[in-house]
Amino acid sequence: MTIKLIQNRKNWVWPYVAILCFFVILPLVLIGIYAFTNQQGEFTIQNFVQFFQKSEAVNTFIYSVTIAVITTLICIVLGYPAAYFMAMQSFRTPAVMSMLFILPMWINFLLRTLATVELFHMFNLPLGEGALLFGMCYDFLPFMIYPIYNTLQKIDVSLLEASQDLGANRWETFIKVIVPLSLPGVYSGIIMVFMPTVSTFAISELLTQNKITLFGSLIQRSFGEGGITMWNYGAALSLIMLIIIGLTSFFGNDDNEDINRQA
Amino acid sequence: MITKISIDRRNIWGRVVSQGYLWLLLVVLYAPILLIIIFSFTKSKVLGNWTGFTLGLYENLFTGYDLSDQVRVDPNLYRALIYTMVIAFSAALVATLLGTIAAVGIFNLKQRYRKGVMFLNSIPMINPDIITGISLFLLFVFLGISRGLVTVIIAHVIFCTPYVVLSVMPRLTKMNPNIYEAALDLGATPVKAFNKVLIPELWPGMISGFILSLTLSIDDFGVTFFTKGSNGLETLSTFIYSDARKGGLTPELRPLFSLIFLTILVLLIISNLRTSKQIKK
Repeated sequence: MTIKLIQNRKNWVWPYVAILCFFVILPLVLIGIYAFTNQQGEFTIQNFVQFFQKSEAVNTFIYSVTIAVITTLICIVLGYPAAYFMAMQSFRTPAVMSMLFILPMWINFLLRTLATVELFHMFNLPLGEGALLFGMCYDFLPFMIYPIYNTLQKIDVSLLEASQDLGANRWETFIKVIVPLSLPGVYSGIIMVFMPTVSTFAISELLTQNKITLFGSLIQRSFGEGGITMWNYGAALSLIMLIIIGLTSFFGNDDNEDINRQA
Repeated sequence: MITKISIDRRNIWGRVVSQGYLWLLLVVLYAPILLIIIFSFTKSKVLGNWTGFTLGLYENLFTGYDLSDQVRVDPNLYRALIYTMVIAFSAALVATLLGTIAAVGIFNLKQRYRKGVMFLNSIPMINPDIITGISLFLLFVFLGISRGLVTVIIAHVIFCTPYVVLSVMPRLTKMNPNIYEAALDLGATPVKAFNKVLIPELWPGMISGFILSLTLSIDDFGVTFFTKGSNGLETLSTFIYSDARKGGLTPELRPLFSLIFLTILVLLIISNLRTSKQIKK
């Protein structure tokens, strides 16, 4: 009986599915339950009311989303040319280049962030919004370059030649052929940069020396220093973040497989 | 002739601009790392304050004792290093086994179910680490499990396994499905067929999944932060975080990460040389 079960290889998936349900789905459901209950376990929407009544919390939320959007835009502006130049290079160098762009990620990101803070100190730059944006772009730029580079690299050269044969100049070829074909990579890049920046909590503290609070830090505090009394509120905030994440991943839904392939 | 020259000139300019841009980005990207490496050769408490060249910090790191100041190097640093390694290797090992078995299962599912399971598989990858951390934190509290080494390893397995599944899947699509059946027909038990047929075929995917898991686990901060509990368990990430919040990083972190960086650099160069040699052949 058991041997029959094991022999059917599709059954090999069930332990993993069970684990995912228990350690991924159930915990997410728990966030929902905590968000809609009070400390006594009674149903309430008080946690959300509390969030919308506190202008400070709402402002933090809007500010975090804005910062994440700006970071993502800067990463596109800086990352697209980098990916393009890498993809257009001769055959051997891209491997070295792409390696050079991943290598920094092997140094612990908190330590890198702290070193960035030191750089700002050395040049006597203030630690504020500028430092925050710089640090975030610095941490997540490789996540934008990679997916774009991957899609650019896969573009069939004959398409570019065809475009030139049909009379397009280089600029037209770029705008009408290369950019549209690379959009899936840009979408994955947007997701891979936006999601971690909107939810970050440690980086902002270190980069601004607690001057700027982001939504992630707000959530973290409700589970850390606030003690058990803040958990329900924190769960409500987490649920709001989950909604943002869900919306973003729907935005790039067609390209989920693309992300998967790259990872 | 004229057109050719103009094209060439344009190419040179194009190359200068593109190369220049890439190198400029790299310089910015590497500046903080260089700063860490440079200041690992001086003994100041703070990064950015040069007090003369010395290998003192490296000595401290290896002996665990600062001779000139007569103080011990924070023992928590070594504990954090060991915990980081223990967690990373056990999580990566479990994730690789679980992910490989799951990938074989997913591959043999009908299209419809496969999509469903792949969606489930993508949730831990899409979830930000703060959400993964908090949701698992609530689960462990709900179940009354006290947090510590085991809960951190479980959490790391959860966010690493999806990547293993994704690195093993392409190997399965390339593999001839009949080989495994043949092994069974020839009398191998499923376990034996798994060891002798599937594992060797899937090995490269498993290795890259394992390495990816190691990287993710070592670099993780958010999930560890919420699942480690308050019994003094620290990984390098959480150690650095609490260190930075106390004000002032342990100086020995500089040589430690310089060494880690150099090791990775050497490993990457070696693997790069090997693959380029293979291409030449």
